[in-house]
Amino acid sequence: MMIFLRPALFAVATLLAGCMSAPPALDLSLSRATAPHGIRAEIKPLTEPVPLQKLHAWELKLSTPDGQPVTGARITVDGGMPQHHHGLPTQPRVTKDLGNGRYLIEGVKFSMSGWWEIKLAIEGPNGTDKVTFNLVLPES
Amino acid sequence: MRRYLGSALAAAACVAASLVMAGGGTEWSAAERAVLATLRLNQLPPAPADPSNRVATLPAAATLGKRLFFDRRLSSNGAVSCASCHDPQLQFQDGKAVAQGVGTGIRRTMPIGSAGHTPFLFWDGRKDSLWAQAVGPLEDAAEHGGNRLAFAHLMRAHYRQDYESVFGKLPDLEGLPADAGPLGTAAQQEAWQALAPERRSEVSRVLANIGKAIAAYERTLHHGETRLDRYIGAVLDGDPAAGDILSAAEIQGLRIFIGKGRCVTCHNGPLLSDQQFHNTGIAPHGPAEQALGRRSGAAKVLRDEFNCLGPYSDARPEQCGELQFLAADGPTLEGAFKAPSLRGVALRPPYMHAGQLAGLDAVIAHYRAAPPARYGRSELRPVALSGEEAQYLRAFLLSLDGAIVERER
Repeated sequence: MMIFLRPALFAVATLLAGCMSAPPALDLSLSRATAPHGIRAEIKPLTEPVPLQKLHAWELKLSTPDGQPVTGARITVDGGMPQHHHGLPTQPRVTKDLGNGRYLIEGVKFSMSGWWEIKLAIEGPNGTDKVTFNLVLPES
Repeated sequence: MRRYLGSALAAAACVAASLVMAGGGTEWSAAERAVLATLRLNQLPPAPADPSNRVATLPAAATLGKRLFFDRRLSSNGAVSCASCHDPQLQFQDGKAVAQGVGTGIRRTMPIGSAGHTPFLFWDGRKDSLWAQAVGPLEDAAEHGGNRLAFAHLMRAHYRQDYESVFGKLPDLEGLPADAGPLGTAAQQEAWQALAPERRSEVSRVLANIGKAIAAYERTLHHGETRLDRYIGAVLDGDPAAGDILSAAEIQGLRIFIGKGRCVTCHNGPLLSDQQFHNTGIAPHGPAEQALGRRSGAAKVLRDEFNCLGPYSDARPEQCGELQFLAADGPTLEGAFKAPSLRGVALRPPYMHAGQLAGLDAVIAHYRAAPPARYGRSELRPVALSGEEAQYLRAFLLSLDGAIVERER
């Protein structure tokens, strides 16, 4: 995800957040394992670069540790800016099961540059799994 | 590996910014210039379309809306128009801590300018379009104190031709009482309930259309360029005369604004506002429900009959994304109020949602201290500014004057 990591833009984002840097060890990977069952969750924005101040959609792909798609999962989306004590400005949700372990998340909006968390809770047959993604958004 | 590099560079940029500031210089780093570029007014795109108002950009609707905006007959005592509180000479606000209509309001009048850019209106975001906002005060007991049947009669008596050329035929009001509305006095509410549902719907539609015409006018009100915009333009062009546009103190204040003051975190973009709701620990005003801010505003907009999904909206449900995906829950809504645009801020004390802070000195002192919130939790952390830096920041904020200009786009 080059858009999040280009150093110059990262610096801009940090300045815009008033020198409130994201923690240095922040894992910015958009493909992560959930806890406790190690489901592979992969998210990607459907609009790039990720826009500020605009509603947009993401796609989520879920697969088991051995690579099988996780279908029929019930997913809730949460998140916010940990450094600013505010949540997401909207309440995104899964609006479509795209099949084959893929899900459409609509209603995502980021109101400012900086460090954002996207938290997913995934309810499957074995209980609830959780995963948190980190994004650092530059000024677009 | 790359992320560590990114953070290291970011930290270096912060250090560099502080060093430049400490030296009192007027040079801007590449990263700072990139931030400055985002604040220029010419970076503001046209206001997004409002699919809930099919006449939002119709000139005839704006012309009608302008007449309605200044018409004092749209009030219970014949003395209050929209312009009574939204005074064109004062950036379309009134300079008072709380609004004064036919009664005394509960919040600070918000200025009007580039208002088509915000998805939610009012300090608590209880309306989701300019037109839905406009109908609120008309029926509010403390503001215009009117009722929707009286407004419909008024449109027939004084605006029939102009109304009908924009919206089509006015309903026949023959035999209906002079006053009736769901939010009025007990007698007006009783008269409203006595009307057949289809009559109520027709009359409500007239009120919605009054709002849509006023919204079309309000969409023509834009922020004018200020010295800040000219200064940033000159900096980006490498024009050595930039230093003549803002004073040295104002430039230092701008550096604090985008740097250690962290003002730009929420007051970002060309309107110097992220258009979101934040708890900044401002002392509550009024009863608890009112003090909850966005918490109660979110609940209100969801049940508002004039919202994007309601019967008087021209939008299809899938065009109502902001409402469909509204965040109506979570602890961060409590005590949160809209971050207003800072354009023109120098000219409109007192500050905050009920004018709680008299001047910019008090505002800066509040952000330096970051007191805890009485409702919810403040997002602020104390900002460590010296007395001199606070004065620089004040000087910069005082440079944000500028007029509101009327133009079609």
